Amino acid sequence: MTGRTPWLLLAPSTVLLALLFGWPLAQGVLAAFQDGSGFTLAHWQRLFTDPYFGQALRNTVLLIVIVVPIQLVLAVGMTLLIQAKPRFAGVHFYLWAIPLAISDLAAGLVWLTVFADRGYLNSLLITLGLSEHGIAWLSYDSPGTMLFAVVVAEVWRATSMVFVIVVAGVQMLPPDYDEAAQVFGATAWQRLWHVTLPLLRPSLQVALILRTILALQAFAVAQALTGRDFPLLVGETYQWHVTLQNPSVASAVALVVLALSLGTAVLYLRALRQPAGGGAR
Amino acid sequence: MTRPPVDLAPLRRRRQRRILVQLACIAVSTFLLLPIVLIGLSALSSRTALTEFPKPLLPSEFDTESVLGFIGGTGVVPAFGNSVLVGVYTVLLALLLGAPAGYALSRFDFRGRDAYQVLILLVRALPIVVLSVPLATMFLRVGVDDTVFAVTLVHTALALPTTILITASIFVGVPRDVEEAALVFGCTPLQAMRRVVLPMALPGLAASSVFTFVLSWNEVLGAAVLTLGHRTLPAQVLASLADSPNAYRFAGGFVLVLPALLFIFLMRRYLLNMWGTTLR
Repeated sequence: MTGRTPWLLLAPSTVLLALLFGWPLAQGVLAAFQDGSGFTLAHWQRLFTDPYFGQALRNTVLLIVIVVPIQLVLAVGMTLLIQAKPRFAGVHFYLWAIPLAISDLAAGLVWLTVFADRGYLNSLLITLGLSEHGIAWLSYDSPGTMLFAVVVAEVWRATSMVFVIVVAGVQMLPPDYDEAAQVFGATAWQRLWHVTLPLLRPSLQVALILRTILALQAFAVAQALTGRDFPLLVGETYQWHVTLQNPSVASAVALVVLALSLGTAVLYLRALRQPAGGGAR
Repeated sequence: MTRPPVDLAPLRRRRQRRILVQLACIAVSTFLLLPIVLIGLSALSSRTALTEFPKPLLPSEFDTESVLGFIGGTGVVPAFGNSVLVGVYTVLLALLLGAPAGYALSRFDFRGRDAYQVLILLVRALPIVVLSVPLATMFLRVGVDDTVFAVTLVHTALALPTTILITASIFVGVPRDVEEAALVFGCTPLQAMRRVVLPMALPGLAASSVFTFVLSWNEVLGAAVLTLGHRTLPAQVLASLADSPNAYRFAGGFVLVLPALLFIFLMRRYLLNMWGTTLR
């Protein structure tokens, strides 16, 4: 049964992936470096002189640096809670998984009800007497609160994914190590820090890489909450392509995203590399 | 006879710990559920209740006018249809192309297997923006731009790596012995596939289809870049975001969020397999 059969089975998917990933990738690189007459850096120049680009780059990096660690800690905490077998664990698990199926556009709109000028948060603040007229969370001249709103929405939407990866990882761990540590009198904190987390490293690595790459692609959250007032890199691609009708500069932004994605993946793999590389399962 | 004193402290500590765990769980659930409730309430408020400020938690007047207004908005119903179509086609195409590959990965040990898996992982790491922009140009040249087909192709490429990994893990769960028994009793490999392996893999395949559908249903950027007249629902909402009132936005967000409750309910038993182990 071996020989050619597996490759016959793999061929259709390989062909499609090559056509829909390899070819556009090459085209994208060409588009970013070419104009009608040949090689050019004009698109990059135009991009780098665009004030939105610097902001978008800074916002995207800030978002990742803030959101991903929060999500990791939260997800590990949620996993420990579920592992403690609370009452109604099934219901809690279901609720904690729901954001997995919510898009970043929808998440942005959901949190718009909270952060809008006449939204629930300001209503709460006024009712509690903490503020007189509420705070303009999404105003273009207060990047700090805009960042806060986007961070909250991203944490809300995408922690579930880290949570599910970590839970799956914990369930695959052999219970022996934890029991042994318990027998030898380790505290819950010591067991988490010295036993569970090190064993979880492959899962955490996957979660970190996936989350960072996906967070790089977030844009509709910010779009829904703030319009273009809080630009993110992928949102800039959308702007250049759809609104400004300039596919070349759009390709250039996309390449920046690609470079950042690959860069972070390599960085994480280096930093978290294990002696016996886990690799693809 | 006097009993020795019993030290109840550990028991008490244990009970306290359980209460703390319970409270923490409720806190997390509230954080995750409350915003969905809030957008539901906003979407179902009447126009006048929506402008109230400060807002009460429960709107003073419920009304379906925002939701009906959203559904009646230009292009929303066709966009909904496009979203469903793209989702269904993507599910079918991804299964058709991905399941054989998943089967091959689960059953055969062949040279190039590692290379193929690296290819899959690489594709997963590629941001969809990188493809969407050149593909939009290419589709325009071939004449399939702004069609359900174009979006389907991109979503299929996006879903394929996961589909392959998930189906591989599903086929690993179907014992080889059963398949071999079918072969021994005179089935051809194709018959063994159709009559023995597929029925056993069916629940997993169904869950994986829901996963693919969710992926396609939620994808915004590719759909927004590739379409103009034939938008999917998220692309339609994104495009009309800038010049619509909050009532429209809340209703749109609510309509986009609702299916998530159903999707996760359908997949709940397979979630760990899907987002967890197979993503390595």
